Amino acid sequence: MEDKLVIGGRELRSRLFIGTGKFSSNEIIPSIVKSAEAQVITVALRRIDFESKDENILNYIPDDCIIMPNTSGARNADEAIRIARLARAAGCGNWIKIEVVSDNRYLMPDNIETIRATEVLAKEGFVVLPYMSPDLMAAKRLKDAGAAAVMPLGAPIGTNRGLRTKELVKILINEIDLPIIVDAGLGKPSEAAEAMELGAGAVLVNTAIATAGDPVKMAKAFSLAVKAGRMAYFSGTGTVKEYAEASSPLTGFLLDK
Amino acid sequence: MEMVTELYIELQYINYEEVWHMSFYGKYMEYRGFDFDGFFNGVKDLDIQKALNKECIDEMDYLALLSPVAEKCLEQMAVKAQQLTFWNFGKVIFLFTPLYLSNYCTNKCVYCGFNVTNDIKRSKLTLAEVEQEAEAISRTGIRHILILTGESRKESPVSYIKECVYVLKKYFSSISIEVYPLEEQEYAELVKAGVDGFTMFQEVYNEELYPQLHMGGPKSNYCYRLDAPERACRAYMRTVNIGSLLGLDEWRRESFFTGLHADYLQGNYPDIEISVSFPRIRPSAGCFKPKYQVTDKNLVQAMLALRIFMPRVGITLSTRENAKLRDNLIGLGVTKMSAGSSTAVGGYSNKNKSEGQFDISDERSVEEIKQLIRSKGYQPVFKDWQQI
Repeated sequence: MEDKLVIGGRELRSRLFIGTGKFSSNEIIPSIVKSAEAQVITVALRRIDFESKDENILNYIPDDCIIMPNTSGARNADEAIRIARLARAAGCGNWIKIEVVSDNRYLMPDNIETIRATEVLAKEGFVVLPYMSPDLMAAKRLKDAGAAAVMPLGAPIGTNRGLRTKELVKILINEIDLPIIVDAGLGKPSEAAEAMELGAGAVLVNTAIATAGDPVKMAKAFSLAVKAGRMAYFSGTGTVKEYAEASSPLTGFLLDK
Repeated sequence: MEMVTELYIELQYINYEEVWHMSFYGKYMEYRGFDFDGFFNGVKDLDIQKALNKECIDEMDYLALLSPVAEKCLEQMAVKAQQLTFWNFGKVIFLFTPLYLSNYCTNKCVYCGFNVTNDIKRSKLTLAEVEQEAEAISRTGIRHILILTGESRKESPVSYIKECVYVLKKYFSSISIEVYPLEEQEYAELVKAGVDGFTMFQEVYNEELYPQLHMGGPKSNYCYRLDAPERACRAYMRTVNIGSLLGLDEWRRESFFTGLHADYLQGNYPDIEISVSFPRIRPSAGCFKPKYQVTDKNLVQAMLALRIFMPRVGITLSTRENAKLRDNLIGLGVTKMSAGSSTAVGGYSNKNKSEGQFDISDERSVEEIKQLIRSKGYQPVFKDWQQI
């Protein structure tokens, strides 16, 4: 059986999604995408300069990729909805990553506004991928609202801290019948592998690749890690024992005749 | 007499903390009488190391990083500031250009070229001229514009600014204002018209010194100016940029209050993007000589300390600074730069331009700045917002 990720009716072969906001140049994007073997690329609508040939980031994204515009800069549901509509009207397709952030200190997503925006946009036919704080009830509501996947943060965005929300993400993976895509905070390939081993559907990475000494090589490393993590998930990882096993079993006496 | 006594009693019971609760002035007052020199003299090397090892620093750590002692650790501060900037903003520098609409002014700021007592050519752009300027600027690729006026409600009223905004909207994806302090309602009107950014410098936080430098005109009202950024936040601007004009007073204190002000605004208005400029006084008509020296090293220290205090705050660098310094400051915490600037009304398309507000120092074109940023391994970003 081929292991394909299906989102919004599209079969995806790559489980590594790439963010584009922090690279040192647009020109580097094609080689990043290639070495990451990425298919889904997120771009902030606020950054797309449709009128400039050189500066328009879309001109640097390979044609066979899915562009997932995001609503970066939205401070409430209404702004996110307006940005999503503008993106679609501008020809960016019908995928939308909802980001509603009303906190500039930590850039934490606003789950309530995100749910509101998801409800509206899913009804309008968007394939909605909401970025959220990993909360089970919020994730359930996002699913009910029509989200195509749920994107919990691994750690505050841009921190490269790794999968700090592991326990909460695990619950989402167990309970939400949608792909769970860990977005934000993953700083190292091993952390991406960790998320995939848990059963995450995919991961989204930008800062860790963009701020690496060699971003193209780091993209490759993340790609390999995501594949390894996925393979491990299917192979069934061994249980980690927290206590030593007593050499004479504690309940051994029950077997005594 | 009885009434007067009653009033007196009432006044005594006014809770000043409550009155100042919704103003940065309350925070400022907490440091009234604070012995800055004593504090700076007491800072030890170890205090700097401790501050640098912390994940989040507090106000006192911030002040320590602004101390003379911290100058010894500038390199360590730079490494930390650069890392924080990478993580939070990536390898990008946002670009914008200022556009002066009018230099009519009723203020008597001793350091400013637009001072009402200066005999300079006064002018104000007609809407057709605004359009010409917009065309000239937008041809360079610039998508974010900052519009400026002197303080004259008669010559450049809010209605005029609004009309200019309607013209500029056709050419730019983001419009910020740097004009005289307005009422919250007026800011809201401008936001509705399409303005998304606000810039205002307090010039000097030192309340005693302020009247000596702002000798007349509406700008002499210290508190009204101090609270303007907060009114802009309430009016739901997207970005609010503040600063103090370095050189008017001792820069360590002034930078400290600027940082505290930025932190106050970010804390109370988390959905607004707060940023800070570090303008140093430049030569202008009127030939004001700043009382305090602010060296390049001082400027760098002020920027680095702020970045460490507020990892996510925007830091804006204008063409007041020379090319060499600007080149070297990329990567040390700066996130936004002006390029191809003129501080004169009609400076981009009009041959009969007026005198500038101050002399700019980095006169390179937008294209040159773009190439420079690229050569430093950063991406020049022309568009980071659009009308929604």
